[in-house]
Amino acid sequence: MDGMSLLTITVLAVFVGFEVVSKVSSTLHTPLMSGANAIHGIILVGAIIVAGQAADPWVLAVALLAVVLATANLVGGFVVTDRMLHMFRGRKGVGK
Amino acid sequence: MILLDPVWTALLYLAAAVFFILALRGLSSPRTARRGNLVGAFGALLAVVTVFLSARLENIPWIIGAIAVGTAVAAPVARRVKMTQMPQLVALFNGVGGGAAALVALLELSHNADPWTRLAIVFTLLVGAVSFAGSGVTFAKLQELMTTRPVVFPGLPVVMAAVLLAAVGTAVAVVLTGSLALAVLLMVLGLAAGALLVLPVGGADVPIVISLLNAFTGLAVAASGVVLGNVLLVVAGTLVGASGTILTRAMAAAMGRSVAGILFGAFRGGSTAGSTAVSERPVRSSSPEDVAVLLGYAQRVIIVPGYGLAVAQGQHTAAELALALEARGIDVDFAIHPVAGRMPGHMNVLLAEANVPYESLKEMSEINSEFRTADVALVVGANDVVNPAAKTSSGSPIYGMPILEVADARQVVFLKRSMRPGFAGIENELLYEPQTSLLFGDAKDSLAKVLGAVKAL
Repeated sequence: MDGMSLLTITVLAVFVGFEVVSKVSSTLHTPLMSGANAIHGIILVGAIIVAGQAADPWVLAVALLAVVLATANLVGGFVVTDRMLHMFRGRKGVGK
Repeated sequence: MILLDPVWTALLYLAAAVFFILALRGLSSPRTARRGNLVGAFGALLAVVTVFLSARLENIPWIIGAIAVGTAVAAPVARRVKMTQMPQLVALFNGVGGGAAALVALLELSHNADPWTRLAIVFTLLVGAVSFAGSGVTFAKLQELMTTRPVVFPGLPVVMAAVLLAAVGTAVAVVLTGSLALAVLLMVLGLAAGALLVLPVGGADVPIVISLLNAFTGLAVAASGVVLGNVLLVVAGTLVGASGTILTRAMAAAMGRSVAGILFGAFRGGSTAGSTAVSERPVRSSSPEDVAVLLGYAQRVIIVPGYGLAVAQGQHTAAELALALEARGIDVDFAIHPVAGRMPGHMNVLLAEANVPYESLKEMSEINSEFRTADVALVVGANDVVNPAAKTSSGSPIYGMPILEVADARQVVFLKRSMRPGFAGIENELLYEPQTSLLFGDAKDSLAKVLGAVKAL
């Protein structure tokens, strides 16, 4: 992909990022931070690509370490966010 | 294995990116938050399956093994962690994500000679390493493996400036030469910068730093997407970077502080380091029975939970007390300061865990006008967030922070461990007012005693 398209996508993503969280109440600051934290665990995709191209055992070892770390970020992030949000229940069990 | 042609791959990545946007959007409202998170997780799963089906990958058994290891470590911890310890876990997950991004960039260096791509590589390396080390220090502070007070030493600004200058110089050298050794050096400098960035930040401000480092990791992931030519990483990383920045500013605004003030305040002396001197002035202390009578014959009670409640794990007892009072026909609400607990919104999570319905959790802007109609404001383990000095004394470190107007209530009861000032280290004049009474002790014990006395009324 050429640089100009990437730049366009990046700038648009910045505005989407600003927009989607601009009205969030402080009640949800922590779960939102935790959810966003889980989303950047998608670096796992990058780690998998690098590990999949590794020919040298050292490169593979470092890439696999990146896969482990990225998985921890991704899986742990979504699980802990879900646990937090599981507890946000209304009086009559609504809110899901 | 290549089962998907580039068009399908691009479409699936696009779908994953849309799921992430919907996830962040869902997380912005209590009603849709949980679904939003699941949508995000589904997007991530879709993206991971897509990469396996679309790229020519070697070492697949190893990769799947590594994913299994990461899951086996993270999932049980995330499932079992106590909700009071959740902030440091989020910091930890954020740090390892930053570390992963830095490692990916390091390994990509040898495949890329284009200076622009190398620029993205050095950015990822540096920011990922800063995020990794910064999150590590944050974890240590919150886990109380080290002091939660600001760590400052003479010459810290000079050391910091030297590290940053060295990092910029090394980064330029890496872009020009593509040297792996220099890239490793850059990572080490990034680790040092990350640690130095967080060390001077005081315990109460650490949550804002978590949010900031979260945005950093997002940016590092976006840059790694540029390196790999992967649009999904660019979009997801940028989304987190942008929303994380907004969130960090919102959190800082809720504390009446600027992000720069938090990060660099300690360099100038000050920050949240205050005195821990105990004043000798007289206060009205009372017994659990007195408090129970005050509460039991009130019409409207507003409970203000703070950090001390979280530390004492008293949220369940507080919820029981609210139930007992409601059974007596008393109107009970919880007034939640945006920074109550250890992270903004943390108190909501703790009380939600104790089955307090979120309708009873009132935000500051909503409840502040209602203290006037309250018979009793029960302040449990909070201090700075109700300190009128934030409004009246312009020299105070918390001046300008919005506070809960508990002074407007007819009676104010503080459950406190001691007369020691709060994080900001400043006296609370409210403690000496005639309508204020204090019950000393661990927040959970005191609540349990008051609860027992209310039931005996």
